[in-house]
Amino acid sequence: MAPKEFCKMISRSKPGPGDGGNTGSWRVLRPVIDLKACIPVKMNKEACFNCWLYCPDSVVSKTIPPVINFEYCKGCGICAEECPAGAITMVNEATPIEEDK
Amino acid sequence: MHIIESGNVAAATGVKLSRAQVIAAYPITPQTPLTEKLSEFVEGGELDAQYIPVESEHSAMGVCIAASTAGTRAFTATSANGLLYMNEQLHWAVGARLPIVMCVANRGIGAPWTVWNDQQDTIAQRDVGWIQIYCNDHQQIIDSVIKAFRLAQSVSIPVMVCYDGYLLSHTYMPFDQPEQSKVDTFLPKFAPTHFLNPDDPANFNTVTLPDVRPGLDGKMAPGYIEIRHNLQEDLRASLDVYEEIDTAFAKDFGRGGNPFVEQYKCEDADFVAVCIGSLSYQLRDVIDIMRDNGVKIGVMGVQMYRPFPNQAIIAALDGKKCAIVFEKALSYGNQGALYADIKSALYNSKDKPLVHNYILGLGGREIKTRHLLDALNESCTAPETFGDSPRWIGLKL
Repeated sequence: MAPKEFCKMISRSKPGPGDGGNTGSWRVLRPVIDLKACIPVKMNKEACFNCWLYCPDSVVSKTIPPVINFEYCKGCGICAEECPAGAITMVNEATPIEEDK
Repeated sequence: MHIIESGNVAAATGVKLSRAQVIAAYPITPQTPLTEKLSEFVEGGELDAQYIPVESEHSAMGVCIAASTAGTRAFTATSANGLLYMNEQLHWAVGARLPIVMCVANRGIGAPWTVWNDQQDTIAQRDVGWIQIYCNDHQQIIDSVIKAFRLAQSVSIPVMVCYDGYLLSHTYMPFDQPEQSKVDTFLPKFAPTHFLNPDDPANFNTVTLPDVRPGLDGKMAPGYIEIRHNLQEDLRASLDVYEEIDTAFAKDFGRGGNPFVEQYKCEDADFVAVCIGSLSYQLRDVIDIMRDNGVKIGVMGVQMYRPFPNQAIIAALDGKKCAIVFEKALSYGNQGALYADIKSALYNSKDKPLVHNYILGLGGREIKTRHLLDALNESCTAPETFGDSPRWIGLKL
């Protein structure tokens, strides 16, 4: 008989987007960025990015404008809390998404 | 080389010879001299390890988990309420399959506050999934620590080495200190099955969903129940591995050969006293007196409690008239934990003995030869009438 192999099953996974599942489906409140108030957009500079920095799920991009990946955003509201310009509001997930004009 | 030292120093010496790389511990009576000795070894350059002082036992185990996940040989030690404070991290360490070794100097649990010996602390941790080895003397402490490191890394399961507080931790006894070169041959370098590696990034023990699911790499990842089933299978298989390790140790060092139970005058015995820890050596004197009085009786110490060595228990007790289980702990609201486990093992034996249960020595209450003689005489005189409830020894009501 071959010697038994131990520890064949552990919880180990490849890190990357979506390793925790499609967490966007957990969302009840959705962050909406008012681009007119958003500091990097207003100044057209790589500045502020508190939303990118504080997002616990790394779903906000460090771009102008910042873009939120709703596939994985859980809607925790930390970005809205941290935005120094008050540019992010949490709206009910049932609110229809307004198309960019 | 033989030295005369305390049980705590025997444990510390075993850890030094095993070349532990990370030690994190919080002092608690009666374990304290063990960690003090280890910090001396590290400070004096005798042991090349990181000694990390922490603010609690929960953090001590947290550090060991981190150190072991980084691929190093980690050690800690505690007692009583310190062990209980670690409880959540104990579950984590075993679920994460980290081969940490921990010594526990057994002590009673508050409330009411006590610092003296019984075994409620580790017995209460029996269902966590750690391997539990119990020692009867100082030689077994130092030997078991070395064997525990090899066992832990062979099966990727953490191991507790338990010994009675004060009775072993603080008493002085002569014991042989194995040579470093021989320990190095016996205990190969730690080659972890899994560890944090920047060249191969991985998430460990993130949320596991109820069902299996494919990972980002497309491979099916086991669910929680599969991982826990694997742990149980590996724990049961650890019995064979420990037997092999014990045999290898006996070959290299000339000691051992009783990995699961240690029997004394049991071969022709009708009655067998059963217990865990140093009490089994104390009982040997009592057994000798009983033998002088013509009672065919022996004593068996249970050396490994988890995984439970069911086959060794059956082999030792099948065909006997009565097994008398003495315990310094109990499963409150029911019976002694060892008693219940022994009855459960014997359910599958052909010629079942009667089984009796005595609770004694809680919170360090002195166990006297007279008490043990009275109890054994009571059990041997009318074994059929004992009943299924534990009787208490030495109560002053």
